[in-house]
Parts: sequence; C-alpha cells; structure tokens
Amino acid sequence: MTSQGAFTIFIAAIFINNILLSNFLGMCPFIAVSREVRTAAGLGAAVAFVMTLTSGLNYLVYAYLLEPLGLEYLRYIAFIVVIAATVQLVEMVIERTSPVLYYALGIFLPLITVNCAILGVSLFMVIRQYSFVQSLAYGAGSGVGWALAILAMAGLRRKMKRSRVPAALEGPGITVILAGIMALAFIGFSGMVPM
Amino acid sequence: MADVLTAVGVLVGLGAFLALILVVAERRLVHSGPVRLTINDADPVEVPGGEPLLSVLRERKIFVPSACGGRGSCGLCKVRVLEGGGSVLPTETPHLLPDEIEGRVRLACQVKVRDDTAIEIPAHLMEVEEYEVRVEAIEELTYDIRRVRLAFGPGVEFRFRAGQYVQIETPIYDGLGEPVYRAYSISSPPQDTGAVELIIRKVPRGICTTFVHELLLVGDRLRINGPYGDFYLRETPAEAVFIAGGSGLAPFESILADMAARGVRKKVTLFFGAVSRRDLYDLERLHAYGERLPGFSFVPALSHPDPGDDWQGETGLITDVVARHHGAMEGMEAYLCGSPGMIDACVRVLTDKGVAEDRIFYDKFA
Repeated sequence: MTSQGAFTIFIAAIFINNILLSNFLGMCPFIAVSREVRTAAGLGAAVAFVMTLTSGLNYLVYAYLLEPLGLEYLRYIAFIVVIAATVQLVEMVIERTSPVLYYALGIFLPLITVNCAILGVSLFMVIRQYSFVQSLAYGAGSGVGWALAILAMAGLRRKMKRSRVPAALEGPGITVILAGIMALAFIGFSGMVPM
Repeated sequence: MADVLTAVGVLVGLGAFLALILVVAERRLVHSGPVRLTINDADPVEVPGGEPLLSVLRERKIFVPSACGGRGSCGLCKVRVLEGGGSVLPTETPHLLPDEIEGRVRLACQVKVRDDTAIEIPAHLMEVEEYEVRVEAIEELTYDIRRVRLAFGPGVEFRFRAGQYVQIETPIYDGLGEPVYRAYSISSPPQDTGAVELIIRKVPRGICTTFVHELLLVGDRLRINGPYGDFYLRETPAEAVFIAGGSGLAPFESILADMAARGVRKKVTLFFGAVSRRDLYDLERLHAYGERLPGFSFVPALSHPDPGDDWQGETGLITDVVARHHGAMEGMEAYLCGSPGMIDACVRVLTDKGVAEDRIFYDKFA
C-alpha cells in the first residue's frame, strides 16, 4: 500500500498525473463535448461526481467482495456493472431533485457509463493498492482533473472559432492536436510526485 | 469447478443486488405512487405519479393539442399549472412569453406529475374527444400527397370549425415503441359531419406520414382526436390572402367549401405554392370557386416548373408571387398553412407590406 497522503494524491491526480492528459482516458467525450464551455462544464461536473462515487463503491466491492473470495480477475466486469448502476441511480436522483440540472446534463449523464476514464480510475486504484480514503481522493482528483482539462479545451475551442484553421483539420482534427500540446505541457509536471 | 460457481454466483449476486436497488429507486423516485390531480376546480382524481402531464391527461381522455407529439418543439400544449409541477424548465422557456411564465403557464409535455397538482385547461379543450374512425377512401393527389377520408361510426356527428385540425394516433408499427400523435388539418367542410378528409404529404422518415402512405388501407380502423385550433376564417369586412404550400391547402379547402355553403362574402385570394406541375392538385375544384364565391381568386404558382410542364401561370417563390400581386396590404388579413420555413418567410414579407401581426393566422406543425 502506498503511504502518500490523501491530499497529495488528490492534487497529483489533478495536475501531475491528469487522467486525461497523461493517460489519455476519456478522449471521446473530451473531443465530442468540448465545443461549448457550458456543456463542457456540465459534463465535467457530472464526471467528477460519478468518478468520486464509483471509486469509493468499487473499492468496497473489490476489498470486501472480490479480494476475500480470490476473484480479483472479475474486477473489470464487476466495476463496469457498478458504474452502470451508479450512473442510473444518479440520473434518477438528479431527475427527482433538480429537473433543471437534469435537463442541463441531458444525454451526457448516461454517456458517462461508457467513459473509460471512470473505469480507468477504478482499475488504477487497484493497481496502486490505495486505501479507501486514498481511492476517494484519487477518484475526486481525477474527476476534477478531467473536468479542468475539458474546460480548458472548451475555452481553447471557443477562441479557435475565430482562428483560421486549415479546412482539413477543422473539428476533431485540430482538437486532437490541441490535446497533444496540452499533454506536452502537463508532462512538465510529471515526476514531481511519483505515482 | 467451485471457483467457477463462486465467480458466477458473485457476479449474479452483485448484479441482482444493484438491479434491486435500481428497481426500488425507480419506485421511490420516478414513479412516486398515486398523486392527486385537480383539473379546473373539479374534484381531484388519482393519477400515477412520474408521468408527463400531457400523457396523464391523454389517458384521462382530455386532449390538449400537441402537434409535435410531446417533444417540446411545437409549444401548443400550454396549460396553467396552479399547484405542483416544479419550476419552468429550459426546454420550455423558448415557447413561453414572460407574462405567461408569470401566469404559471407551462408546457404539458414537459411537466412531470410528481406531487399533487392543480391545473387549469381552457374549457373548450374539455370538449375535444377521441373517435374511432374507418378509412373510407384514399385518393392519390400527387406522387407524394394523399387525401384520406375517415368516416365516423353511425350516429356520431363530428362538429368543428372550418380550418381546425385533428390528431391521428399512429398505431404501433415496426420499431415504434408507443403510439405517437400527429396533427393534420381537416380539408372537408364542417357541413359534412359524418367524416373528415385529411391531406397528408409523405415526409421522408416521418412516423405518421410513412404509416399513412405505406401501411394504411381502405377499411382500416384508426383513432383520431379533435378538433383543435383557432385557425378559422375571421368574418370581418377585411380583404384576406390565403397562402398554402404543398399539403397546406387542406384547411383552405375546408374554409372555401364552408364559405360557399353558408354564402359568406369576403374578398379572398388563395395563393397555392408548389415546386412543379406534378405537385399541384385540386386545381379545377379551386378554380370553380371563382364562380361560386364573389371576390375569390385563385393563384397557383410554381417555384421550379419542369421544362415539360408547359406552365403559363405564376412562377417564383410564393412570397414573391404574393408581393407581386398586392401593393400595400394595410388592413388586410393573412392565413398561412405550410412548412415552418414558408410560414416564417411569409410572415416577414406580409409584415413588411403592412399586415398587422395579429392579423396573420397560422398553425405551425413542426
């Protein structure tokens, strides 16, 4: 088990080991939903929330169900089931409590089920042998990091509307290049905290 | 072997546990059990919670007009929600004026009935009824427009005003999960109380129009509800223009037949816009009104006549044709029926020509 403090893991997951820009997980919604700052913010918030929640739940499933029974190899399928159910539940709760938020998130909420960054966080948490609190911190940090990255991309793309992009690169093309440059910038932080 | 069984057991157990939580959550959160619905100060009735208000009302045989079928795009299903219903949603705001929001007007298709709710519906909507009809005749008007005659059962008298519309309940067919409702103007005159005729153009991938054009046969039974709408002729001394595009001729055929039957006198010009000659229909019938109705003239116009059409009449976009025919149009009335694009374009031209905005009438079936 790693002995890093939960806060260190939280900060490191946001800036140093950003799940999106250093592991390139969750790229599809990152490219598809980063056209508008507003929707990017909504999706980012939803991902951050679900990521925190599922990393905690998956930790419990792994530590108290799979590990004692020697069924670690089932973690992929078990985690996916837990994530899908959690997203459904969150969707129902949001629809009940805040229809406005529900409509603002719209289709993005169910789409989170297939966001690989969510599953990635749960799997990393197992590989790195985090404790429950560390897992929560890692989940929350990765979620915030993902949200920050998509917000930054949406901001860039808003500016890009006024720039002359070569026709062949418009849309996803230039976005992938931008993501690459952003990832290069984030490499500058790497190694500050070993993870 | 034991390993496999444990693995399967754990997965099944985990799945079942999560499914159970979801089922309980759905019971508790989405379908919140029966709630009380009060309509127009009548005694409250118990309805299942969690459903959109529009479908709750439809189940109670109260038919609030909805041209889009509950997708929040037509803005017709406005009702006043006095109690319950939550706050106005972003999907509703484009359809509501500030004073409507103040007056607690909502779109029935967007409001979910979760708590005890009190609503107010215009009294005439309570008279809208559902009818079972039989397809009496289908007539091909053009290559993509059909006239369908729907007969009511014996003893049923269907009363409506010329220009109003009905909704067809499209039954469930391939891949369609639930019945959908689509609105069509009545083209037959109100004097004909035993049947209605509808003019329906085939829309590519349209749910109801595909059904009508490909599956509906003479003798089939259908459910319709209506009548709806306040698209009827204002019997004022003012001169009027009728502008129809494609299947939008339907309400005008009803209005003209009604005028002829009742001897209504009004100066009217009917503009009928189509692409080429193969899109025109009912021309003889409409030209004949020129003799029966004093002050009536009929102007068919083609936007892109085919070289072989041998077309002597007006050409160009219908808005240009109207503009050519009329100089200043102050004090005139305009009745429009056609695609949303045509209606928007006509409203712009007409207001430029001096027609007051509250004298332009249309139903926009989006």
